[in-house]
Amino acid sequence: MTDPVLSVENLSTHFFTRAGVVKAVDGVSFDLAKGEIMGLVGESGSGKTVTGFSLLGLVDAPGRIVAGSIKLNGTELTTLSEKALRARRGREISMIFQDPIATLNPMLTIGQQMRLAIDAHERLSARAAEARAADLLTQVGIPSASARLRAYPHEFSGGMRQRVAIAIALLHHPAVIVADEPTTALDVSIQAQILFQMRDLARETGTALIWISHDLAVVSSLASKLAVMYAGRIVEQGPTAKLLRDPRHPYTAGLIGSLPATAKPGVPLTQIPGTTPSLLSLPRGCPFAPRCDRSTKRCGTDPEMTLQDGRGWRCFHPVGQDTEVPA
Amino acid sequence: MSAFLTVDNVSRLFGPNLSTGEKIAAKLGAKVETRSVRAVSDVTLSVHKGETLGLVGESGCGKSTLGRVIAGILPPTSGTVAIDGAPVMENGSKITTRVQTVFQDPFASLDPRMKVGDTVAEGPIAHGLTNKSEAGRYVSKWFERVGLDPVWVDRYPHQFSGGQRQRIAIARALAMQPDVLICDEPVASLDVSIQAQIINLFLELTRDLKLTSVFISHDLSVVQHVSDRVAVMYLGRIVELGPVAQVFGTPAHPYTAALFGSVPKLVLDAEELVYFDTIEGEVPSPLAPPTGCYFHPRCPLSSEICSVTQPLIQPVSDLRAVACHHFKSQLADNVSH
Amino acid sequence: MSAESTPLRRFWAEYRENKIAVVALVVVVALILLALFASVVSPQNPYDLANLSLMDSRRPPGFVGSGGYTHILGTDPQGRDLLSAIFYGLRISIQIGLAAGLVSLTIGTALGITAAYVGGRIEALIMRLVDLQLSFPAILLALVIVALLGQGKTQLIGALVAAQYAYFARTAYGAAKAERGKDYIEAALATPLSGRLVVLRHLLPNCTPPLIVVATVQIANSISLEATLSFLGLGLPVTEPSLGMLIANGFPYMMSGRYWISVYPGVALIILIVAINIVGDQVRDQFNPRLRK
Repeated sequence: MTDPVLSVENLSTHFFTRAGVVKAVDGVSFDLAKGEIMGLVGESGSGKTVTGFSLLGLVDAPGRIVAGSIKLNGTELTTLSEKALRARRGREISMIFQDPIATLNPMLTIGQQMRLAIDAHERLSARAAEARAADLLTQVGIPSASARLRAYPHEFSGGMRQRVAIAIALLHHPAVIVADEPTTALDVSIQAQILFQMRDLARETGTALIWISHDLAVVSSLASKLAVMYAGRIVEQGPTAKLLRDPRHPYTAGLIGSLPATAKPGVPLTQIPGTTPSLLSLPRGCPFAPRCDRSTKRCGTDPEMTLQDGRGWRCFHPVGQDTEVPA
Repeated sequence: MSAFLTVDNVSRLFGPNLSTGEKIAAKLGAKVETRSVRAVSDVTLSVHKGETLGLVGESGCGKSTLGRVIAGILPPTSGTVAIDGAPVMENGSKITTRVQTVFQDPFASLDPRMKVGDTVAEGPIAHGLTNKSEAGRYVSKWFERVGLDPVWVDRYPHQFSGGQRQRIAIARALAMQPDVLICDEPVASLDVSIQAQIINLFLELTRDLKLTSVFISHDLSVVQHVSDRVAVMYLGRIVELGPVAQVFGTPAHPYTAALFGSVPKLVLDAEELVYFDTIEGEVPSPLAPPTGCYFHPRCPLSSEICSVTQPLIQPVSDLRAVACHHFKSQLADNVSH
Repeated sequence: MSAESTPLRRFWAEYRENKIAVVALVVVVALILLALFASVVSPQNPYDLANLSLMDSRRPPGFVGSGGYTHILGTDPQGRDLLSAIFYGLRISIQIGLAAGLVSLTIGTALGITAAYVGGRIEALIMRLVDLQLSFPAILLALVIVALLGQGKTQLIGALVAAQYAYFARTAYGAAKAERGKDYIEAALATPLSGRLVVLRHLLPNCTPPLIVVATVQIANSISLEATLSFLGLGLPVTEPSLGMLIANGFPYMMSGRYWISVYPGVALIILIVAINIVGDQVRDQFNPRLRK
């Protein structure tokens, strides 16, 4: 494989709070190739959002990246100054947030906001900037783009607003876009439209995409590879279809089994007992062990990532492998 | 099976929201533009005892409003809701405790300043199901029923997780010993693995307590899993109604077909892992619904009659009903897929 | 799930972190105690006219008077020991401030919550009245009422309440309206529970945070308003001087070098008001981030 456009190694982001240290992200590693779409899946507290924020250097106090490396197009991001990071944010790597209402400034027209986003990294004449903005709006499927530039966010529907956010993210043709649950707040039918759009755009522009979501079905419709997070680390990763049809980590298997879509109507769903552990007091060893029906004494040590055939999992007793399994 | 919960021609309007100035102007004879929203229009349904009716639709379709009308929280602008013949509301107030609600947001539906045990006990004490001295035991029993440790009755809502809070909300509803349970998006704010727990709890409780329930959700896979029958809503109207397997498998309404088609579904044992398609356009504003059939501007089967006449809900078979001029074509389309 | 912690304990844990606020709270408590035990702590009873001697009037700090004790802060034009007068004055200021604040709180909250809960014409009527009231400067309103009702403690408190209930009403209204739409209120009403029960057991307790904030600020306002009225001679009778009156008494002497007669009461007043405001600010800040959720 040619050099990955984004290479994350052993990333750790901790929050130093009054109550203790929250290890929100603890040793996350993955690579992203040009134009590749990766799904980062997990429930609340898994660390997926903080991972996304860490990539953009948007982690606020009391949190900070404590270890690891993030290489974007060969440049190490963790050692850059805020000024250098800002030069790259929006230009080489950008982000789409969950709530389109929060992303857009209600006091400015769309055109003004896009202009601001352009000006942050490039010197363009007013006409050229407007042309680029209108072009992108058309690309994301907003009709009468030039006219719409003069509209305010409240004049757009939720789906349209998210498209505008996507357009802004694409303004400088970044190498990577991090999308944090971008369709969660949208209606089902609009979600479908946005998904199609993103898939086509990624293909056309060659932009790599990290899609953060808790919705396996949504993510699987787009991503060619998935990384499943639990308690701040990636517990399994691999090609989407293989991972979903034949999961290795018990958490992944449990997650898939919990989905009503994969079960027979009326039959109780596979239940993962218990709740996600508090990140302030993680158990020693594998964080999933207390809830896992395959755990043994060995799980008191933290499992390393086992790599095999382009897949990876952190488990001493993976599903579907011939290993010692408790009766 | 006779109908246990009947919803008879219920409509609910909101507005017109006139400011004081506009009200005065109207009194003086000026023409003021009235802005009403028909959140629910002419809905007639019945749910049999012990049955779970799923109510689906996108945001703005009126399913939450309908749920609140059935629960006796909002009075209908016209029409009636009755349980076993007895009306739920009278003169705009709820007169029965036989229907209870579980709300969507477990963070918001519990009083943050009250101990959870007190919250659960409040209704039963007020309605004589228990008294102050017995309340502790009564609440503990219900806590256990929903899978919570009775030791926690003296804690405050913020000390629980989302899933636990939802169990408390379910305990509160069930402590009133209702016959009908309205669940308004009860698992929407929960993590997937917690969703599974609550869904399983719901199935277990409705079966054990022989509850009749209306399960409102925008998540089609959840509704498919828990419901016996399902009603699909669009802009305040029911467009299709019938047994879950039939409506999901062979939809009779183009909107149903399109809606189900547009949700990414994980199909683990098929060639294509996830399938979905898009519906054109967006849901129109409820302030200005289209003429005739509300769905016609986005419908692949629409014809002239669709833009002129509102289709009435009519039976397709013994168990199914649909409101569409072209449902026969839709059913035929399904077969050809 | 966290072990213990009632809302109050959590509140105090957070409050403790702001050292300045803790100091301010200590100051307020100290002043209240001084005021409560004024008769015990004061070297002289400034109300007892028999004690006073005009020979001792306008003496500078450190003067040993005819009573035999040192006037640490000097004396006022009537011969009163300033320190004692300040303690007694504090008592009056705090008494009136608290009374006016609490009565305004009760009346204003009742009106605001009623307006928010009942809605319709009653809501419109109450809130229009409140708006009208708020458009008058408090001091002007108080002046007019005192002019109409005459002087005296009850009349003074009445005037202050009339000038201030509107702030509570508006805050209670806003909070009640916000809470009214929340799910837990809807859930309680849906049981069904009577409106009265819901308002008293659910609505009211959840509206208290912003009301507490307003209460602390308004108590400070009442105190300064009373001081102003007294300063203008419209407060309490001369024989029971509040801090404002003491300041007024010393005013003519400011230019002639006898600064202590106005300055020390002024300093006491400022310390009281500032301390209450700091506590109020901290309370407000603490309630804010939680409200954001």
